[in-house]
Amino acid sequence: MTEFIIERANYWAIIALMMVGLYIIFASQNLIKRLVGLSIFQTSVFLFYITLSKIAGGSAPILYGRDYPKSYGDDHSAAPGYDAVLAAGEVGVKEVYSNPLPHVLILTAIVVGVSTLAVGLALVVRIRESYGTIEADEVRDIDMGVAAAEEDEDAAQRASA
Amino acid sequence: MNEAEVASIGLALINIFLLGILFVVGVAIARLRSLFAIVMLSGVYSLVSATWFVALDAVDVAFTEAAVGAGISTALMLGAMLLTARTAKATPKGSTLAPFVVVIATGIMLIYATFDLPALGDPNAPANAYVGAEYIERTYADTGLPNIVTAVLASYRGFDTLGEVVVVFAAGLGVALLLGFGERSLAVSLNKRDDQ
Amino acid sequence: MTEDHHVILRVVAKLLIPLITLYAFYVHFHGEYSPGGGFQAGVIFAVAIILYSLIFGVPAALRAVPPVFARCLAAFGVLLYAGVGVAALLGGGNYLDYDALANDGPGEHVGQHLGIILIELGVLFGVAGSMLAIFYAFAGRVAEIRDEDW
Repeated sequence: MTEFIIERANYWAIIALMMVGLYIIFASQNLIKRLVGLSIFQTSVFLFYITLSKIAGGSAPILYGRDYPKSYGDDHSAAPGYDAVLAAGEVGVKEVYSNPLPHVLILTAIVVGVSTLAVGLALVVRIRESYGTIEADEVRDIDMGVAAAEEDEDAAQRASA
Repeated sequence: MNEAEVASIGLALINIFLLGILFVVGVAIARLRSLFAIVMLSGVYSLVSATWFVALDAVDVAFTEAAVGAGISTALMLGAMLLTARTAKATPKGSTLAPFVVVIATGIMLIYATFDLPALGDPNAPANAYVGAEYIERTYADTGLPNIVTAVLASYRGFDTLGEVVVVFAAGLGVALLLGFGERSLAVSLNKRDDQ
Repeated sequence: MTEDHHVILRVVAKLLIPLITLYAFYVHFHGEYSPGGGFQAGVIFAVAIILYSLIFGVPAALRAVPPVFARCLAAFGVLLYAGVGVAALLGGGNYLDYDALANDGPGEHVGQHLGIILIELGVLFGVAGSMLAIFYAFAGRVAEIRDEDW
């Protein structure tokens, strides 16, 4: 039972962080605070991916020691190539590394995340300039007020015509 | 107690410590109303999570998160905050109950789902067993690069990365279309200041 | 307000900004052997110019690095990346197949190294230019909030 908890406590902690982000998105009406909540949620997803890629006893996925021989020469002209390695039956690495694939996915996701954040912030700035507020409920009230006024105007025109 | 056990206990302690900091920062962001403090704490959140990425061997990701999440995002959010507001409106009492219930329910469902996940650090987990291990084995013979993350990013998945760069470019274009390129609005603001 | 304050900040920034720029290129060219690469290098390069504009003012930064330069840099980066793919096509390989960039013997990786450095350079230019353009777009806006509201 203790082992089960220790092995999964990381996931639960990350889910707690995710839920903090989700709560900020739901409970806050301020658009900038919502974007911050969104980025907290996003970072928690990154943490979850990276947690899955960890291998016990492994190191960062950069070849070192016996896996990175200098004997191939500076320009790698003496390296045998994967087909030759395969034919010689020398496949496999000698040190333990964590899984590099989630790292690659998350690395690009972080950069795309800041791009979407920038576009979101630009939209918030435009909303502030048009409505004078960045609280979502006030923006909604202004929209409803404008729609009701237009409705009244239409009704008045129809009545006069 | 052998060396591996000490290492795993050390990792568990680091995990608890850093995740605790992250949780405290997250709750502080949820409770605060000053947008300046919120933006700064989100930078802190990024930096602490970058530290945790290092503890989990993801050094490239940690580098990116520290540079992008703690650096550029904070600068952009501060810039946007300068153009909008300083404080968030207080949420009325009672309106936090519904989000809280939704969040708790979602969390319980997600935690229920983790019961089937492989344990932390399991080398035989499906995520780690197939294509990731293949990349580790092939990279040096195929490309001659020691950094597997760079090799996968630039060579094996080069087409993917081209798409990412185009996304970043499109985001720059989108922000420029929404806010202008900067020269004209800056000239207007400078003229206005001179008039006063 | 202008000359008397922030002297230490200005002096330290003048010292740091060239080093940050140099570090960006170190991160890029050393990305094959250590953590780093085009994305990080581009962001660090952009941060150096953002730091300059935060300390010396946005107009000074706009004179030093005009927004049109940032825009062209971003477009050039994407074109460089895509161009490497086309070069590989012309060399007889698939799109972005770097082995076709050089006449490698069996086991040689000159083409791979060349291709990766070039596309990472494209990533550097694209990311740095886009981030600078985004920052200039925000910084160039007129702030309606007075300083007293802080």
